[in-house]
Amino acid sequence: MMSKIVRTMASLLILFALIYGLYIIMHGHLTPGGGFQGGAVFASGIALLIVAFGSDNIHKTLKEHHLSILESSGGLIFIGLAFGGLAIVFFYNFLVGSPIFGHIPPSGPNPGDIWTAGVIPFMNIAVGLKVLAGLSAILLVMALATTVTEVEE
Amino acid sequence: MTQGIPFNVPFLAVAALIGISFYIILSQRNLIKLVMGLSIMASGINLFLITLGYREGGVAPIYTHAPAGVMVLPVPQALTLTSIVIAVACLALMLSMVIHIYRHTGSTDSEKSRIMKG
Amino acid sequence: MRKIAIAVSLSIFIAFLIATAFLIHPFGYPPSEMDDYIIENTQSETGANNAVTAVVFDYRGFDTLGEATILFTAVTGVVMLFRAKKKREK
Repeated sequence: MMSKIVRTMASLLILFALIYGLYIIMHGHLTPGGGFQGGAVFASGIALLIVAFGSDNIHKTLKEHHLSILESSGGLIFIGLAFGGLAIVFFYNFLVGSPIFGHIPPSGPNPGDIWTAGVIPFMNIAVGLKVLAGLSAILLVMALATTVTEVEE
Repeated sequence: MTQGIPFNVPFLAVAALIGISFYIILSQRNLIKLVMGLSIMASGINLFLITLGYREGGVAPIYTHAPAGVMVLPVPQALTLTSIVIAVACLALMLSMVIHIYRHTGSTDSEKSRIMKG
Repeated sequence: MRKIAIAVSLSIFIAFLIATAFLIHPFGYPPSEMDDYIIENTQSETGANNAVTAVVFDYRGFDTLGEATILFTAVTGVVMLFRAKKKREK
């Protein structure tokens, strides 16, 4: 638990860090980024919270089995989307040309269109959930195990 | 070789990183320094993968508002992404085991934590 | 004895690395046929503007599946190593 200035600034800055991480995950098919990079940015926001407020206070609200449910659902969505195009081949992109996320961009340099790229935005969200929950769980467990408690006389 | 032996500076930087980390792994006894040496070697390998795919005067392989020029190769960048995530996972597991060895034997010296003493 | 073994193996390895740095292709002109096909046909086959994301999730999706498995295994291992032992009352 650090001083009052650090706690106030951390609770102001955490909003920008989380929104920036989710923006990188969602626009993965247009700009550099994607699932892994956005998940790492989100987990670094959680690291700021753990350092500023102390791991005991964070553990009262954010427990490990909530993060475990998030991570497992991200993995299951990823495998379910891979099985979706099984009619042709295992990882087939079956949403190109259909009304959901199915536009095809013109060739060459162009301003980007969000409704393109088929099944890739859903895969970005699934991998982003998995990386976010996994790295936050690692940080929280290691911070809890190494806190210094008072020595009893 | 029709054009002579090329003098590639980035590949010499990769050779320096991997050589220094190899010396650290062979000769240090403290466990934390061993883990640091492995992390430096992972960074050297990632740098080697990226510099394999550079084209002269190249831009990033993204079509949104792309400037004029040839595009660099995208496949080594995809392999580097996977390699970075695997390095993070290995580092987390190694540091957890170092914490456990410290709690069990009381020191971070690798000579004092051998189980079978002669 | 140990220092002699370290010196010999280190010098052989560093000589091999420097020889590789001089004998590989010149920096900036890589041999590439597969990547030319991928750069040409990304927008018409997958519909994505980002060639790197298309390679990671569409042309090489199995590597991403293996890497998600490794991340899951690492998180399970770390959380398992730090469980507190329950005291046995006997």
